Amino acid sequence: MIIEKTATRNWLVGSLIAALTSLGAHAQSQSPIKIGFVSTLSGPSGVLGQEVSDGFKLALKKSNGLLGGRVVQVTYGDDKGAPDVGRQLVDKMVESDGVQIVTGFVFSNVLLAVSKPILDSGAFIISPVAGPSQLAGKQCHPHFFSVAWQNDTITESIAVEMAKQKVPNTYFMAPNYPGGRDQLAGLKRYYKGDITEVFTSFGQLDYSAEIAALRAKNPASVLFFYPGGMGINFVKQFAQAGLQSKIPLYTSANTIDQTALPAIGDAALGLSSSALWSEGFDNAASKEFTAEFEKEYKRVPSGFAATAYDAARILDATLTSIHGNIEDKKAFRTAMESAKFESVRGRFKFNSNHFPIQNFYLTKVEKNAKGEVVAAVKGLIDEDHTDAYVGECKMAAE
Amino acid sequence: MTVALFVEQLMNGVQFGVTLFLMSAGLTLVFGIMNMINLTHGTIYMAGAFVAATVAHATGSFLLGLVSGVSGAALLGLGLEAVILRRFYARSHLDQVLVTFGLILVFSDLFRMIWGPVALSMPMPQALSGFVAIFPGVDYPVYRLVILLAGLAVAVALYFLVSHSRAGMWVRAGSSDRQTAQALGVNVRLLFGGVFAVGSAFAGLAGVMAAPLTAVQIGMGDPVLILALVVTVVGGVGSIRGAFLAALMIGIIDTFGRVLLPAALGSMLIFILMAVILALRPRGLFVVHG
Repeated sequence: MIIEKTATRNWLVGSLIAALTSLGAHAQSQSPIKIGFVSTLSGPSGVLGQEVSDGFKLALKKSNGLLGGRVVQVTYGDDKGAPDVGRQLVDKMVESDGVQIVTGFVFSNVLLAVSKPILDSGAFIISPVAGPSQLAGKQCHPHFFSVAWQNDTITESIAVEMAKQKVPNTYFMAPNYPGGRDQLAGLKRYYKGDITEVFTSFGQLDYSAEIAALRAKNPASVLFFYPGGMGINFVKQFAQAGLQSKIPLYTSANTIDQTALPAIGDAALGLSSSALWSEGFDNAASKEFTAEFEKEYKRVPSGFAATAYDAARILDATLTSIHGNIEDKKAFRTAMESAKFESVRGRFKFNSNHFPIQNFYLTKVEKNAKGEVVAAVKGLIDEDHTDAYVGECKMAAE
Repeated sequence: MTVALFVEQLMNGVQFGVTLFLMSAGLTLVFGIMNMINLTHGTIYMAGAFVAATVAHATGSFLLGLVSGVSGAALLGLGLEAVILRRFYARSHLDQVLVTFGLILVFSDLFRMIWGPVALSMPMPQALSGFVAIFPGVDYPVYRLVILLAGLAVAVALYFLVSHSRAGMWVRAGSSDRQTAQALGVNVRLLFGGVFAVGSAFAGLAGVMAAPLTAVQIGMGDPVLILALVVTVVGGVGSIRGAFLAALMIGIIDTFGRVLLPAALGSMLIFILMAVILALRPRGLFVVHG
């Protein structure tokens, strides 16, 4: 009985394989491309993962749910911002779902915990946000691409601007964790004025004590790196302490964006930031993205949604150029490296470590005609900015 | 550190302390009287802030926001007590932690479904957004001064309520010896419900007062809850006086620790303090149970 069953199944499988082989490449293009989407969708930083997944889904919708003409099957997972949770999700996606691309990552610590099992399985990682220095330098990998930025560059870019403006000294504030320390390293790489360093505990709500100490010091500028709710709290309290018009406030790219500005309101006016994209961008792809995003989700998109949108757009462009044949990994990788697509950022190209070479712009928070608080573009900070780790990367052939 | 800066930081510390006290008052009473570990206290704080921000936004009135935030928090506390938590008074602390922790997760996602993932803002009332000069050249925000005074006023009111009223007598009796109080005819069910509602209203008030200063977002209650638990344990479970002193102490020490010590040590300071106090006085500063 059992033998009979197995035999029947073998016969079935056999004829299926035969049928598939006879159809050839055409049959292959009919099977869906499997994508794992691991992002931080809940917890205090859940808003970031929401932005990333909304941006990604919007781009998928734009191409009718297809990438390179092939149907895609996306498995979503919430890493809750915890590396161990991310690892469990990824292990399942790699082993039982057989995903070919994994994307969605917001936090570098999660990405670092899962990159090895993904890359070892032969799948590709397309990071829409997280860009840890390890993967830009010594651990760079032919199957890893970052569509967003290398983490240090978001503060490097504002440091370039502050050096350009000849700001004599600055008061640097960040949460006390590796991401905050990296930003200080990025600042020191390009800004040579006096720096007062203040690190606060991660997730701190009230900055009254730090702001009182800051006011007593009376610095020429304040540069802060407070992502998420911390940034909202800091900027509001800085303004409430009466310092908004007295001390110029600077922040790193993608720190205070549309996930924070509506909650901060007028207290954010005048804040200078670097940006690789802002809702004020003038190119056609960006205008289309912003309009469609607002129509779909009834809010202004953030930079996180923008890079995630770009991630799906670059996948579509690359896969189209190789007729959807992601199974040819070498061809896919080569096509990614020289991908041509309409980025919402305007010009876009990958460096040899698969991180972007891109322009950074200066933005200033203003009120637009509709009365919304937005980051308006005020000029170019740095053209074709590259990260500091590309020299350490020896990219393997395949 | 100049005298002016010292005074300013001291005020920051006291202001932080009274906010912590508002959170811990309910926590310590619920813990002391019902022997219930209630982790949903942070959720109630968050609920106060969300309701207040929504109402203030819709009506343009801070006062309406305040009233609805506080009463919303009290109602949520009452509802939780009546529907779920009441069944857990007699259960082990582990069961209580599990159910209230589960409720935190449920409410976080519920709030996300209702209000969306992006943080809300609560505008500061125009009349309170100015500054007062506490020293020549040092302006202190009026709003923070109001929080400080409101917190102190609530503490004084609570002191009189607990020490000099009949209801307060029941609360104290229930806090020191539940069974005997029950045997002497105190309506424990009503008392528990009342304590829960008042404790929740305080947590809601703390949330509403923090809303204009901080981001009104999912999970905003969690760090405050942790500090409130520290206050409760350091002050002695069930002791309002202990909670008040411990809250002020932790507020002031945390504030000075943050600006005077390196970041890693500064954020550890209150936990070191807790360890030292518990080593010397394992039941906290003020022991209530006999």
